[in-house]
Amino acid sequence: MARIRPRLAVWKFASCDGCQLSLLDCEDELLEIAGEVEIAQFLEATSASVEGPYDLSLVEGSVTTAHDAARIQEVRKQSRFLITIGACATAGGIQALRNFADVREYAAIVYARPDYIETLATSTAISDHVKVDFELRGCPISTRQLVETISAFLAGRKPQTPPHSVCVECKIAGNLCVMVGHGTPCLGPVTHAGCGALCPSYNRGCYGCYGPMETPNTPSLSVWLSRLGMDEDALRRVYRTFNANADAFREESERHDR
Amino acid sequence: MIVKTIKVDQLARVEGEGALKVVARDGVVQSAELNIFEPPRFFEAFLRDRMYSEAPDITARICGICPVAYQMSAIHAMENALGVVVDGPLRDLRRLLYCGEWIESHTLHIYMLHAPDFLGYAGAIEMARDHADIVRRGLDLKKAGNAIIALLGGREIHPINVRVGGFYRAPRRRELQPLAEELKRARDGALATVRWTAGFDFPDVERDYEFVALRGDGEYPLNQGRIVSSRGLDIAAAEYDEHFEESHVEHSTALHAHIKARGAYLTGPLARYALNAASLSPIAREAAREAGLGSVCANPFRSIIVRAVEVLYACDEALRIIDQYEEPDRPAVDLEPRAGVGFAATEAPRGMLYHRYQLHADGKIADARIVPPTSQNQPSIEEDLKIFATAWLNLPDDALRHRCEQTIRNHDPCISCATHFLRLDVDRGR
Repeated sequence: MARIRPRLAVWKFASCDGCQLSLLDCEDELLEIAGEVEIAQFLEATSASVEGPYDLSLVEGSVTTAHDAARIQEVRKQSRFLITIGACATAGGIQALRNFADVREYAAIVYARPDYIETLATSTAISDHVKVDFELRGCPISTRQLVETISAFLAGRKPQTPPHSVCVECKIAGNLCVMVGHGTPCLGPVTHAGCGALCPSYNRGCYGCYGPMETPNTPSLSVWLSRLGMDEDALRRVYRTFNANADAFREESERHDR
Repeated sequence: MIVKTIKVDQLARVEGEGALKVVARDGVVQSAELNIFEPPRFFEAFLRDRMYSEAPDITARICGICPVAYQMSAIHAMENALGVVVDGPLRDLRRLLYCGEWIESHTLHIYMLHAPDFLGYAGAIEMARDHADIVRRGLDLKKAGNAIIALLGGREIHPINVRVGGFYRAPRRRELQPLAEELKRARDGALATVRWTAGFDFPDVERDYEFVALRGDGEYPLNQGRIVSSRGLDIAAAEYDEHFEESHVEHSTALHAHIKARGAYLTGPLARYALNAASLSPIAREAAREAGLGSVCANPFRSIIVRAVEVLYACDEALRIIDQYEEPDRPAVDLEPRAGVGFAATEAPRGMLYHRYQLHADGKIADARIVPPTSQNQPSIEEDLKIFATAWLNLPDDALRHRCEQTIRNHDPCISCATHFLRLDVDRGR
């Protein structure tokens, strides 16, 4: 008799598809994962579709339309566990830049007939709408952490995704500090770990794509960044990218608003 | 009057969210609409007032499947605005990075999105139950493409190592060597892929497309080239706006790109191949000949073979670049901000991608315009449906619906990138 495998569903909201692609980018593990779970709903990968309820829902993307605000409620109702994957789902993503502007102006810049565009004035995280059981950070998420998260779900344990800063990963990687060593502005001290200190390993400052770490001291970092030559405008922009609507980054960017 | 409506509420195995509606009256297809209801994300709006140097990281986020294409187009357009030409090993490294994206993205499309159509599976995971070795070959090939992007770019999705002017860090010669070993295996896998796809059963249909692609100086186009077409167009990227326009069509509030003088056109593998086949490497040319492609392939269902040929070419080209690579003195050239307008077109896996930026004197972006391949291909995709579906109307509904979906997947539309043509009257059938 075939054993009953947990049902996995993958859902997309406003996003670039990169985080769900991370699942297909697990070239070495994909077929194994597909053996351990029943992929019941994953529109990018399969036209097969199994009705809910689902044991695990992975949700990518942010809520930017009234329709999607209703749809996430449905997804939640049908899901035993709901895990958000990526900066859009956990913090509103790059499209949350509209939260700092007038979305009607944005629509007028991009579309010939902005009156045809139905959209919310904000882009918000999934947890602003429904209860989320776990949030996986990153723009994009790391495939390694995704495999860890799915494995943890299957084993009924908590995923090992440390909440400390990128600086810790940088020390583990043996990198010279780009800020101290080269005077390169870096968001590593306030950014959530997970990438393996990628940017400093390539002689570049971290740009915060994993969002804020636990209890970041952003005002202090801003002082250091301004000593390296960043003006108020640059400080505002550096916190306002792929996790612009994450509380710590939003508040710090607003401190440098003109 | 017999009315027949075929609706697909959610298109599967495409990137992003879309739907399809085909309406027929008395055995003739009246309209075919590819509906795109992906929410708008407003990239061109929030690029304003960002520094020119921020554009590659931001535009990468338009698409997780082809971020390199967005980064490269933004970078080339910015360099054009700043009056800089990046050449030598840095140019080669960019070409190598782009090869990685073609291998990764095309292989994803061939094995996971498109081949299941021909073999009667819902997706690659279902296909793996009967054809595990084939799916593993696809995953290995895809991994080789991703390995290039991960090494040069730092990671597969949204690479971090590219910048206007070059790279943050250029790789050492010895770092590239392990890639060469992987790519030699990948090249064998790519050749096997061409032969495998050539054996599929294809509908016997052809279309009289106007093909549009870049054409380089004797090289198969990736990052650079003039914009040429099968009907005589031959212009620089800076002249794109003079010859192409985005407009509303009657049945849709959607923006569709057209050639002003003539109308719909097609970009992507079929167009690149038709306009550049002679520039393929000998091994890719030979594989194309063996697969029976001829000098032009006008059957969109056979685009899967052309994609496989391009994967083979990209493996071969990547090996050539690695073999000839000389480490540059510096990873990037110096740049000075200045006011100006910059244009660039590059060849994303799905087709030509056009960017234009206007810069203020301090290097901030005054205006941005991005025309993704899907918005250029959408009118041709709808024409495919109108022309082909009439012949298929006698098929049972499920078979007809499947053929229509397959017709769309022929062109690998990337819907997240293409939300410029969001429809108002979305009929999701709910």
